Amino acid sequence: MSTRLSTGGRLIDRTKPMSYTFNGKRMKGFAGDTLASALLAGGQMMMGRSFKYHRPRGVVASGAEEPNALVGLGQGAAFEPNQRATTTELFDGLSATSQNHWPSLEFDVGAINNRLARFFPAGFYYKTFMFPRVAWKKLYEPIVRQSAGLGAVPKERDGDTYEHFYGFFDLVVVGGGISGLIAARAAGRAGLRVLLMEQTAHWGGRAPVDAAADGATVNDAPVDKLVEEIVADLATMPNVTTRLRMMAAGVYDHGYVLGYERLTDHAPEAPGPRHRLWRIRAGQIVTATGAIERPLSFAGNDIPGVMLASATRDYIVNYGVSPGDRVVVVTNNDDAYRTAIAVKKAGLDVPIIVDARAAGGGALAQAARDLGIRVENGRAIAKVHGKKQVEGVSICAQAGEGGVLEEIACDAVAMSGGWSPVVHLWSHCGGKLTWDEAQAHFRPDVHNSPKGDAGETFVTPAGAANGAMQLGDVIADAGEMAGRAIAALGGTVRAEPVTASAPDEVPMQPVWLMPQGAGPKLRMKAWLDYQNDVKVSDVQLAAREGYESVEHTKRYTTLGMATDQGKLSNINGLAILSDALGQPIPQTGTTTFRPPYTPISMGAIAGTARGAAFQPLRRTPMHSWHEENNAHWEPVGQWRRPYCYPRTGESHAEAVSREINQTRSSVGLLDASTLGKIIVKGPDAGRFLDMLYTNMMSTLKPGKCRYGLMCSENGFLIDDGVVARLDEETFLCHTTTGGAESIHAHMEEWLQTEWWDWKVYTANVTEQWAQIAVVGPKARAVLQTLSDDDLSAETLPFMAWKEVTLAGIKARVFRISFSGELSFEVAVPAGQGMALWLALLDAGAEHGIMPYGTEALHVMRAEKGFIMIGDETDGTVIPQDLNLHWALSKKKDDYLGKRAQQRSHMADPNRWKLVGLETLDGSVLPDGAYAVAEGVNENGQKRTQGRVTSTYHSPTLNRGIAMGLVLHGPDRMGEVLEFPGTDGTVSKARIVDPVFYDKDGEKQNV
Amino acid sequence: MRRYSAWAVAREATRYHEGWERAWRAPEPKKRYDVVIVGAGGHGLATAYYLGKNHGITNVAVIEKGWLGGGNTGRNTTIIRSNYLQDSSAAIYEKARSLYETMSQDLNYNVMFSPRGVIMLAQTEHEVRGYQRTAHANALQGVSTEFISPQRVKELVPIIDISGPRYPVLGGLWQARGGTARHDAVAWGYARACSDMGMDIIQKCEVTGIRQEGGRVTGVGTTKGAIDCGKLGIVVAGHSGHLAEMAGFRLPLESVALQALVSEPIKPCMDVVVMANTVHGYMSQSDKGEMVIGGGTDAFNNYTQRGSFHHIEETVRALIETFPMISRLKMLRQWGGIVDVTGDRSPILSKTPVEGVFINSGWGTGGFKAIPGSGFGFAELMAKGYSPLTAEFGLNRFAEGRFVDESVAAGVAH
Repeated sequence: MSTRLSTGGRLIDRTKPMSYTFNGKRMKGFAGDTLASALLAGGQMMMGRSFKYHRPRGVVASGAEEPNALVGLGQGAAFEPNQRATTTELFDGLSATSQNHWPSLEFDVGAINNRLARFFPAGFYYKTFMFPRVAWKKLYEPIVRQSAGLGAVPKERDGDTYEHFYGFFDLVVVGGGISGLIAARAAGRAGLRVLLMEQTAHWGGRAPVDAAADGATVNDAPVDKLVEEIVADLATMPNVTTRLRMMAAGVYDHGYVLGYERLTDHAPEAPGPRHRLWRIRAGQIVTATGAIERPLSFAGNDIPGVMLASATRDYIVNYGVSPGDRVVVVTNNDDAYRTAIAVKKAGLDVPIIVDARAAGGGALAQAARDLGIRVENGRAIAKVHGKKQVEGVSICAQAGEGGVLEEIACDAVAMSGGWSPVVHLWSHCGGKLTWDEAQAHFRPDVHNSPKGDAGETFVTPAGAANGAMQLGDVIADAGEMAGRAIAALGGTVRAEPVTASAPDEVPMQPVWLMPQGAGPKLRMKAWLDYQNDVKVSDVQLAAREGYESVEHTKRYTTLGMATDQGKLSNINGLAILSDALGQPIPQTGTTTFRPPYTPISMGAIAGTARGAAFQPLRRTPMHSWHEENNAHWEPVGQWRRPYCYPRTGESHAEAVSREINQTRSSVGLLDASTLGKIIVKGPDAGRFLDMLYTNMMSTLKPGKCRYGLMCSENGFLIDDGVVARLDEETFLCHTTTGGAESIHAHMEEWLQTEWWDWKVYTANVTEQWAQIAVVGPKARAVLQTLSDDDLSAETLPFMAWKEVTLAGIKARVFRISFSGELSFEVAVPAGQGMALWLALLDAGAEHGIMPYGTEALHVMRAEKGFIMIGDETDGTVIPQDLNLHWALSKKKDDYLGKRAQQRSHMADPNRWKLVGLETLDGSVLPDGAYAVAEGVNENGQKRTQGRVTSTYHSPTLNRGIAMGLVLHGPDRMGEVLEFPGTDGTVSKARIVDPVFYDKDGEKQNV
Repeated sequence: MRRYSAWAVAREATRYHEGWERAWRAPEPKKRYDVVIVGAGGHGLATAYYLGKNHGITNVAVIEKGWLGGGNTGRNTTIIRSNYLQDSSAAIYEKARSLYETMSQDLNYNVMFSPRGVIMLAQTEHEVRGYQRTAHANALQGVSTEFISPQRVKELVPIIDISGPRYPVLGGLWQARGGTARHDAVAWGYARACSDMGMDIIQKCEVTGIRQEGGRVTGVGTTKGAIDCGKLGIVVAGHSGHLAEMAGFRLPLESVALQALVSEPIKPCMDVVVMANTVHGYMSQSDKGEMVIGGGTDAFNNYTQRGSFHHIEETVRALIETFPMISRLKMLRQWGGIVDVTGDRSPILSKTPVEGVFINSGWGTGGFKAIPGSGFGFAELMAKGYSPLTAEFGLNRFAEGRFVDESVAAGVAH
């Protein structure tokens, strides 16, 4: 049984006990423990259930690569599923629950799948569950879904906060082990701006753990000492930033690194955000990300108590925890002997070291023997005994088929299949790998590195991440590779004499299956991917069935698709695949490494942008007044506009009617500040606008306004608005609210890419101006009370503008109308908008003035037959469809869209054209309804001959009015069309003139 | 071909599954085929399948530069729906959706089509009107959709927040018979069925040239030698431009990266697919339990099958706004695919200036859902020279201005 040793544990503080719960049970640990080490200390070897077969699973690793020990952490608004126990630092009051079982971890009904595992090989679901057809959705899929999934579902809104940082560094060093520390110090001393990050809570990485077992030294001092020394050095360098608990999640183009800092996961009571996402630009990146040990593939290698040799060593050395009293070590390399030595030194028993290599190990093997440990070469584990806990192993010859030579009782197995460099970050942005035959792993191919846009290398691997596996090599490689990165930044490296003394190791020998000739029964119990329950037999099945590409195998078997993304399983799996296909491993290749390195919280990705701050909220200068006056808001892009201003007891429809009636009969106010306002200025401004608008704008006189249309180069109408000429060289272009940014961008695109030599500047001044429409028969009277300037029709006729002083504020008054009423749009600097708004309300009080919202605006424009971009247009409509020929200049050689509009389909007389529609019974036509025609088309769809584009109840006419596009519409006045609803009803409407109100325009020309 | 069934699995279990045969053969190319399809993605394989099944043309090779199903077929978010606005789009996507319903049985390969329903959220007044229009259009097109209330949305998707604050849900367009399928299985199932009909699927075989005589195609050059053919179908998505260049014509396409991501798996919490165009993101839950998430395309052209992270941020932000609980989940993996996009966001299924060469491309961000319909129509076009399903998707539409513009309905990738 796993237990806490009476001494040892370099990372724990035995003077600080902590209490936590696991599945409701109170347990104890120490400060410095991880949840996994604390659970082991408490004798809790079994920590979860596997994904598919619901097999009992214990912790197998000690770090980010852990596939089994996943728990639900916290409660309520702080609950988070799928947390790795191995990377969860213990804190007082931590509460964890195990996952993927019912009713309990110890007894799980889902384990029936394990009994039936033989019937559930890889991909069995592609071959079954097909009959009857409805059963997939109704029966099979719900069962599969319920059985799959891992963690529980968070129920509450996240109670934590998150933030983003930006970082700019010359050099980013990822990994705070020996290599990363050496690299960071060298760069720091070279005067570079350096960021060093380490994903765990401790500096030093694996080297101090290894040294505890083999007595290695650096510069004749303990390895720990070097770590302390460099950390202290770095602390004195103002140009070096260091961060613990920060992982590089991904490397992207142009030296972009994503950093994921976990600020309060280990101390939930601490103030501040929980996670911080760093968006970093780095000149150079050094990946000192170390290596991950590989499991060995033998039958029963997933039973709780079977653990990586390195993890076994970590638990003993770092946490003073033993995974068992009798630990069998099985290996194909020298490194695992360190584990045997550590176990023995901790006073526990190592009944046997099973070395698959016929020739056995080197100096470390001798050291183990010297401690009295039995070492057997050329041997293998045939099978592990036990269900929820290792009870023993059968020993066989590695070269054979698994004939048992000996049974050995034990309660833990430490395995090592060799080491794989962590190449993820190297690979994210295109770094290639090379297969290292001697060490049987992929390592970075430094000749095929991630490249910047000038072809320069921007990622450099260092130390174990570069395939250097022994302490001396690691230190030498880190120095050399850091030197390259520093030199690439123009820095110079001072030589740092660091010499290591560690035992020499003899070569490892690849062992992909144990024993070599294992039969199908053993292969069906030899796990590759623990979490997803992928076994050696599954990969072999995939190969047999023709899923030969490594990507096919991955997807068919789900190998490497679990939450550890194959950190333990990938190399073993593709070795089995290569063997099955009879081809060398490099020919099989790897699957793609994708960010993030380990999963990162969605909360961190979103940062502070949530709730009200999800997107910027744009407010007009009068926003607060609207709010205080009970505006019903409508989101329009990032703006909010009042839809209407309902009064007590009033429905929205009633409010809209009231607003319209008041405006048509007397005077109303509209906050039109959201309308886009773009200044176009320069000697070529007129020429530019002539290209942009379908109308002629260059002939517009200063002081005058003109309504204009803009089309895309494909001829479609994209925006409309009134252009005012401010002076000879300056135009003010009004756009739709939604179009302000896109039209400005559209202008700039043409100016910058096509007409870059034209003398024109544009500026989007939408937010610099407040704009208020004063609308209705009394509009002039209201304005005149606030101004001494002449606002009469003679000096300010329709489609003219002038500068006046209103209520003491300098204003531009545009005589334009979108309602058909006498109308003035008044623009003042944004800061004076509210003052003018209040003054207008005051001045209009005697006329019952009131504001109206967007819905009244829409209804009034529809009553007048004015089109609305987005209603009458949808990206497929050209001005000709809307009977706007008058706005298409025939004098101009060209404008954007002109050529497109001459294409055959655009010039087709059979296009749908704008008309008015009146229901026979006065009701409101359904929005978006289509007018049906006779018969069906060749795809069996009902033929149509038109559609509704805008439809409203008109309070002015007290009936439904609509606009629509109808085949030959303008030639079919008086005809009645049928519009089926989605509810089975059919509305009948007559084709009429789209101008429903004041057809001669008398109201606006006064 | 040995049929797949529960019985077959049980029988094989007794011999440790060592008796299964290859799902598809791995032949060397023959000298000549009646039809060569370039690209063994979903669309290419479906085309081959329907050439055989509907038109009796089985002397067919499907050649593939990489591994079959390895492009966008294996990189998408597996959404299947047909609630399109324009008639010609609705026709081909609805054909596809209906073929998905019986695909597992037709192919004897479980593609796990799950008609769990798709909701497109309306979060502005403008979207409400747009989806009401789509619902009207769909009713006449024979596509079953319905505009539903916010309360109904909440019933269908308990984890959704319909109250905002920024963009409260005002309703949704609901297609109950839309859903998802297992993307890889679609390619594998077609490949197995094609192979069974005697067609050759040739992987790791790159086309190096297109041979013509007198304006007519005669064959292709490949890394596995020259192959003669009567007709040639180019179905290579993001790399269509390269193949067209080999044939000597140009295509109105741009290639951009589209990204997606998944969370770690959790127990079932969302049964339907939700698309939120205003905030720009969409999400479903896979049978494995991962939340499958997608958003928009990068704004620049690209062939790298990876995108920029800020898109991931925007998408996740949008979905946390819509589904607050996912804030406590973790992103497991992000990836990218290269999509080929036309000016009107509709595909090209067309004859080309070279006689005998046909092109199927431009599916942009929405190709997976179309696979069987695209294959059905494109096979008919290749076999007979005309298909009502593809009639509106010809190359000439760009010259004539006869666009099939779905931009009104497809504000977000899908």
